[in-house]
Amino acid sequence: MFTLDLFLNAVVAGVMLGGFYAAVALGLSIVFGQLDIVNIAHPAFIIAGSYVAYMVNNAFGIDPILIGVAFMPVFFLVGVAVYGIYYAGFERTGRESLAGLAFFFGLMFIIEVALILTFGVDYRLVDAPYIGETLHVGVVDIPLRMFVPFVTALVMTGVVYLYLAKTFTGRAILAVSQDRLALRLMGASPVRIKAIAFGIGIATAAVAGALLIIIGPVEPSFGRLYIGRVFAIVIMGGMGSIGGTLIAALMLGVAESFVQTFYGPSWAPLVAFGVLLLTLAFRPQGLFGRL
Amino acid sequence: MSQPSNLGLGRMMLAGIMMIAFAFSPATAQAPSDDPIKIGFSMALTGGLAGNGKAALIAMQIWEKDINEAGGLLGRPVELVYYDDHTNGADVPGIYAKLLDVDKVDLVVSSYGTNLIAPAMPTMIRRKLVFMSLFGLAVNERFNYERYFQIMPAGPHPAEDWSRGFFDIAMKQDPQPQTIALLATDSEFSKNAVAGARGHAERLGLNIVYDNTFPPGTADFSPIVRAVQATNADLIYVGCYPPEAAGIVRAANELDLKAKMFGGGMVGLQYASLQESLGSMLNGIVNYDFWAPEPTLDFPGVKEFLEKYQAEAEAAGVDPLGYYLPPFAYAYLQVLGDAVNAVGSLDQEALAKYIHETTFDTVVGPVKFGENGEWAESRALQVQFQNIKDNDLDQFREAGKTVIVAPEKWASGEVIYPYRE
Repeated sequence: MFTLDLFLNAVVAGVMLGGFYAAVALGLSIVFGQLDIVNIAHPAFIIAGSYVAYMVNNAFGIDPILIGVAFMPVFFLVGVAVYGIYYAGFERTGRESLAGLAFFFGLMFIIEVALILTFGVDYRLVDAPYIGETLHVGVVDIPLRMFVPFVTALVMTGVVYLYLAKTFTGRAILAVSQDRLALRLMGASPVRIKAIAFGIGIATAAVAGALLIIIGPVEPSFGRLYIGRVFAIVIMGGMGSIGGTLIAALMLGVAESFVQTFYGPSWAPLVAFGVLLLTLAFRPQGLFGRL
Repeated sequence: MSQPSNLGLGRMMLAGIMMIAFAFSPATAQAPSDDPIKIGFSMALTGGLAGNGKAALIAMQIWEKDINEAGGLLGRPVELVYYDDHTNGADVPGIYAKLLDVDKVDLVVSSYGTNLIAPAMPTMIRRKLVFMSLFGLAVNERFNYERYFQIMPAGPHPAEDWSRGFFDIAMKQDPQPQTIALLATDSEFSKNAVAGARGHAERLGLNIVYDNTFPPGTADFSPIVRAVQATNADLIYVGCYPPEAAGIVRAANELDLKAKMFGGGMVGLQYASLQESLGSMLNGIVNYDFWAPEPTLDFPGVKEFLEKYQAEAEAAGVDPLGYYLPPFAYAYLQVLGDAVNAVGSLDQEALAKYIHETTFDTVVGPVKFGENGEWAESRALQVQFQNIKDNDLDQFREAGKTVIVAPEKWASGEVIYPYRE
């Protein structure tokens, strides 16, 4: 049954969902898209971010998004450390393709088990005043539980984009994916730049995790549900393109929302990944990727 | 050889009396020998169902301790041997192969949940094993295995009996509802639950205006709830797992979902963590359950069991109340243990025969199995959340919050109808 209010609500819900997907994929867009590091553990870091938000929210009642932002420096340092191990163990010796992938698989399980041992396996949720509230704009309903993460995701994406575009380190990050030797000739250490980039990627997981646990309950292995989605978004958007990641995420969110509303929710993943395949069929480099 | 003296005879008689007394004393009669009876199973200790799986394991370990303190089974200690199936059905056959062929367990019981029980069935059937199972919906419908027993009190026709109460309540209302929306997760349990609801809807002549499934991992349910709302269905029956239940309940409140009755088969609304978090959003939902702290379900032993469970649960990071699965996890081992002791052996055929013929006294009340291994009489409850406040877990320890509204035999209150207009 097609009605205008269903259509408008599907668009708005899809855009908000897509914004959330962008937040989840953003860190991977840097790490995988720009550094070519297949960090399959990225969703596990997001779940770790969710649990940090849960722990502090439960203890002190602080807003989960503020917690996510406050913990970004901690996650950044963890990311730098992880990259250091990855570089020393795999990248430096040229074994990053298979052994490096196995490293991140192992890291994913280590994070999961650590969360299980620390928090148990029960579903966890957070409390915030906007959870359960809805903004009504004409015929469109905007649940704040989705809207606040959407706005946060946009802000975070914008900040990362500007950082990469306008700062020396940011441009060095973009440069390291293009030509490491040239970057070295510019006086920047590729290894140090990649460590910073990886750290930024993991830092975004702190906020993405907070957004995830605002939207719904999480348990330690929940991140596995997002592995396919985040890689699909990064590839569809174009490797290394932050703007492309955002657009791809929005497209996926809207496609899912439309199918759920009008055709049957079980078709949503097929259509979403169908959009991915179609995009790659016409633009193999992704929407905004370079050939 | 000299004749024993009177003193010697007295000592011999005393020794004889002491030996007889010793042989019949409770401590000795029940002191288990060293060779344990091993009960093997897989359990969801990680993954989507781990919250309940771990809670079930605690209950089973309490039973293990209790039975060993009482002397074990057949005079032998009981040892639970288990592996994590990660809530992944594909892991289950391999785990049971290991349990049987490597660990050489004597008895097996199931993991928790339809999706983890069904994959074990071919192994059980091939090896002709008694299989006590824990909360699988209609698993035996197609297998028709005579040694399968299900502790979930769905009833002799599980898929239908599970949701019968929901429709019984609905059709008693005046005017009767006319339309229904059916929504299920793409998984075996949810589809079984909704299949049963569909059967009732067709039997009662309800017009099915929405009938869809959604994939696990759906992040936002607003589009789905809106699509359901657009059909203006009188009844909304949902079969799903915990994260989806939370998402749907939240979306229902955010979008002011209107219906005469809403709920049905949502797993997760029985969990303490979700009950506490969803709070007043639960009010009015009529959903399935199997035990609640209502006066009509105060069976002997259940409170004592829950005290032991709750003492261990919080430290283990699992459901602190334990009303949903743990009593039944304890009960399915009670049934198996009682059968072994009564039969006096581990013979699978004899055990199966005994379990079929017997009514067991358990912490979840009397349990009698029918021909297909399901409960001979359904005790699938429909409860309605009433007067729930936000952020108050302790309220769920009291009667009057998860009110049993069907079936009449176990009802502890009246339904508030409609859900929302």
